[in-house]
Amino acid sequence: MFNASLKELSGLLAGKKISSVELTQAFLNRIGELNPTLNAFITVDEGKSLAQAQAADALIAAGKAGPLTGIPVAQKDIFCAEGWLSTCGSKMLHNFVSPYDAHVIEQFNRAGAVNLGKTNMDEFAMGSSNETSYYGKVKNPWDVNAVPGGSSGGSAAAVAARLCPAATGTDTGGSIRQPAALTGISGIKPTYGVVSRYGMIAFASSLDQGGPMAKSAEDLALLMNVMAGFDPRDSTSLEREKEDYGRDLEQPLKGLRIGLPKEYFAEGLAADVAQAIEAALAEYRKLGAETVAVSLPNSKLAVPVYYVLAPAEASSNLARFDGVRYGYRAPEYADLADMYGKSRAQGFGAEVKRRILIGTYVLSAGYYDAYYLKAQKLRRLIARDFTEAFARCDVIMGPTTPTTAFNLGEKSDDPVSMYLSDIYTIAVNLAGLPGMSVPAGFGKDGRPVGLQIIGNYFSEAKMLNVAHRYQKATDWHTRMPPLHGEE
Amino acid sequence: MQWEIVIGLETHAQLSTLSKIFSGAAIAYGAAPNSQACAVDIALPGVLPVFNRAAAEKAVKFGLAIGAKINRKSIFARKNYFYPDLPKGYQISQYELPIVAGGSLTIQVGEHEKTVRITRAHLEEDAGKSLHEDFHGMTGIDLNRAGTPLLEIVTEPDLRSSAEAVAYAKTLHSLVRWIGICDGNMQEGSFRCDANVSVRPMGTEKLGTRCEIKNLNSFKFMEKAIDYEVRRQIEIIEDGGSIVQETRLYDPDRDETRSMRSKEEANDYRYFPDPDLLPLVVDEAFLEQARATLSELPQAMRERFMRDHGLPAYDAGTLTSSRELAAYFEAAVSALGGTFSRLRERDGERGIPVEGDEGAARLREMAKLCANWIMGDLSAQLNKDGLEIAASPISAAQLAGLLKRIQDGTISGKIAKEVFAAMWTGEGDADAIIEAKGLKQVSDSGAIEKIIDEVFAANAKMVEEFRAGKEKAFNALVGQAMKASKGKANPAQVNEILKKKLAG
Repeated sequence: MFNASLKELSGLLAGKKISSVELTQAFLNRIGELNPTLNAFITVDEGKSLAQAQAADALIAAGKAGPLTGIPVAQKDIFCAEGWLSTCGSKMLHNFVSPYDAHVIEQFNRAGAVNLGKTNMDEFAMGSSNETSYYGKVKNPWDVNAVPGGSSGGSAAAVAARLCPAATGTDTGGSIRQPAALTGISGIKPTYGVVSRYGMIAFASSLDQGGPMAKSAEDLALLMNVMAGFDPRDSTSLEREKEDYGRDLEQPLKGLRIGLPKEYFAEGLAADVAQAIEAALAEYRKLGAETVAVSLPNSKLAVPVYYVLAPAEASSNLARFDGVRYGYRAPEYADLADMYGKSRAQGFGAEVKRRILIGTYVLSAGYYDAYYLKAQKLRRLIARDFTEAFARCDVIMGPTTPTTAFNLGEKSDDPVSMYLSDIYTIAVNLAGLPGMSVPAGFGKDGRPVGLQIIGNYFSEAKMLNVAHRYQKATDWHTRMPPLHGEE
Repeated sequence: MQWEIVIGLETHAQLSTLSKIFSGAAIAYGAAPNSQACAVDIALPGVLPVFNRAAAEKAVKFGLAIGAKINRKSIFARKNYFYPDLPKGYQISQYELPIVAGGSLTIQVGEHEKTVRITRAHLEEDAGKSLHEDFHGMTGIDLNRAGTPLLEIVTEPDLRSSAEAVAYAKTLHSLVRWIGICDGNMQEGSFRCDANVSVRPMGTEKLGTRCEIKNLNSFKFMEKAIDYEVRRQIEIIEDGGSIVQETRLYDPDRDETRSMRSKEEANDYRYFPDPDLLPLVVDEAFLEQARATLSELPQAMRERFMRDHGLPAYDAGTLTSSRELAAYFEAAVSALGGTFSRLRERDGERGIPVEGDEGAARLREMAKLCANWIMGDLSAQLNKDGLEIAASPISAAQLAGLLKRIQDGTISGKIAKEVFAAMWTGEGDADAIIEAKGLKQVSDSGAIEKIIDEVFAANAKMVEEFRAGKEKAFNALVGQAMKASKGKANPAQVNEILKKKLAG
């Protein structure tokens, strides 16, 4: 059951083989058993989850069930959920119980899904290893000495260890795709503007995008149908016709043109990862796709551009955490400036402070033009690279990350080396494109490898189709971490 | 040395929208603290701003009214600084690309007219309020005002005296109310001005170092604060010192300005485009819609009053200081005859009365009479009772009814004041009051002759004196005759008959 697809679970619920309460309880028990090792969840509230499961059972009994009714979904703790502690991985919000639901939470509630708990994450989504969380590191279920990736590391570990059938994540520079790759699951970051940011605690507004994380592309399609949609409360939300993201899942891949950017297969890519990706591409050729060489010449600028723009926006977005109205306030202070200083010094972790400082610096008088404006210009060049590449191919593929999961603590003292683990994912956010990661085997250390699929704007259905056909031909996505054995 | 004063004004006009500029919370002054602050205004984690287009419509109306360029695409930017009543830690404003650029406002200073250039007008949100009293060493935060839409209107340094600054502020104040974008309530902070003041030797080009003066919440304070600041700056320079660029606060109790913060202490606001908001786009249809809601502007109406009604510049300016006053005047004039419209028909579209036309001259006379009564007795009475023109107990038509009786000789100007007082207390229309109180002017020459005969009989000595050459006695006799008629005798006729009789 823990390895069942959403469709299978939905079938079990519809066929009264199991109730949502039983299903939810089973996952809650598994969380109780394995979370102490993995630390994937910040908040679990059995009472709340079971109440929702009960309501879902009533819907099912009344014949009003949708595809996700009664299915437990774990929520990244970046999404505000009414009555739930919503910490964003920070001490700053250690006591913040949200009085309102994010749009994504509302959508899942409307679909009758069960909130299974709030997952761990890098503090304010700033990190690539889930080591910056105030609530402790998350362990990779494939190897507890390895990081699960970040920032959606809790959601990734939870799905990988089958603590939940599916989870939500957010992706500002790779925070869905990189942890998905490192934990051997599937995740998609939609086109910027497809999923509302309302109630999703902001890191870098022009890059942040919510998306689902699950075991398979087929599951992702069902989750996308719930998460996507216009929301007038987010001015960057796109008003588009509602679409069924699973409509093209079964389309054959014959004639599919896969673009392979030479920059994604260059120096820095580990040999075992390269080997797994080559094998995946060979599989695609077997499925009738052809590969074409493309170039994204400004790729090397993505990381530096990102580390100007994202911190700039973050430095402003995080200014509201000042200890005045909610959240952490230093217990002792002399005056107003001291209260700000101490509350923020004590409430934020080192990585968050580093990025606030960088962001404040690049926006300062005298530096703005050289950093922020310059980065904005380069951002347009990076986006143009993709536009030109997509003139020659339907999807772009490459590795999601340059290596498999690194060890806990390995890069925590070397921020630049940590930042480079997102080298293949960041450009997608800068361009606002959709990107996903699907499991594509394992490295020589036995840790998962992720294949990145980048699509053109609004081509999520196509990408899910491309991923699904691959998953039908392979079984990487069904592999469970051996650590936890069979159910 | 002769010094030239250089002043530029920055005005924050609160736009009278129903809800806030980036949230759906209501805007109403005086509500219980924090009762009008929603999740967005409190800046909870995860909330986002959504722009209220009604604010753009009002900004565009203003831009059109001052002949400015309306930027088809303007950008919201974040102005970053920490303050407890600024919940997000930044204010959403417009920086590099404001919605309104350029334009000008014509002001009247004494006898001369002056055009003041407007640099820009941009949209922004207001902050909340910090309440330092009542909380025993703590500070209360009221976020009701947070997110209220403001239009910040900035002039070029074109003003040369406190009188010009006040004239500009008053003209702007009347304009924003006229076009219905701001209620102009200065006590409630709906219209707030800051002045940038500097001095330079007369005849030089280079601007002196300026100080920004805040807290000018009345026209009177603005004048006094600028005068004080100018004296302060001149004294410092003449004593060999130099002006430090800083923000100063006006203290009306001590009538002085005090340093608030220097340039060095000023924040680096780290402006950057707000990634939560799309560029504000004004298309042709939106522009047309705003244009359509814009009625005749005060400047145009003032010119029309001078041209069509022959009013002096001062009267036309006063009557167009508010839309309500101008409407009252127009209603009264039109009730006085309706002959205007006939004149207009005859003279074609523009309806300009023909020079030397007897009817036109008469109409002008009536318009002037109307203006005098509105600016005189009516305004005085309204002021005394603390009423706005819209709440006047005497309607424009009623006032016209009174003036008609002056015009046709039924009552004298003096009796009219008595009738006016009775109308004010609600005793009825002019005709009814004249009738009830028997105030109708006596114009029957037989009756007046009879009165004069009686006055002569009772004041034989005065008649003697006049005849002996004491001209002053004439006025005394007029007075006696008027008194004897209880003020009702037609004064012109009294004069005439008296002269005749004395000569005879």
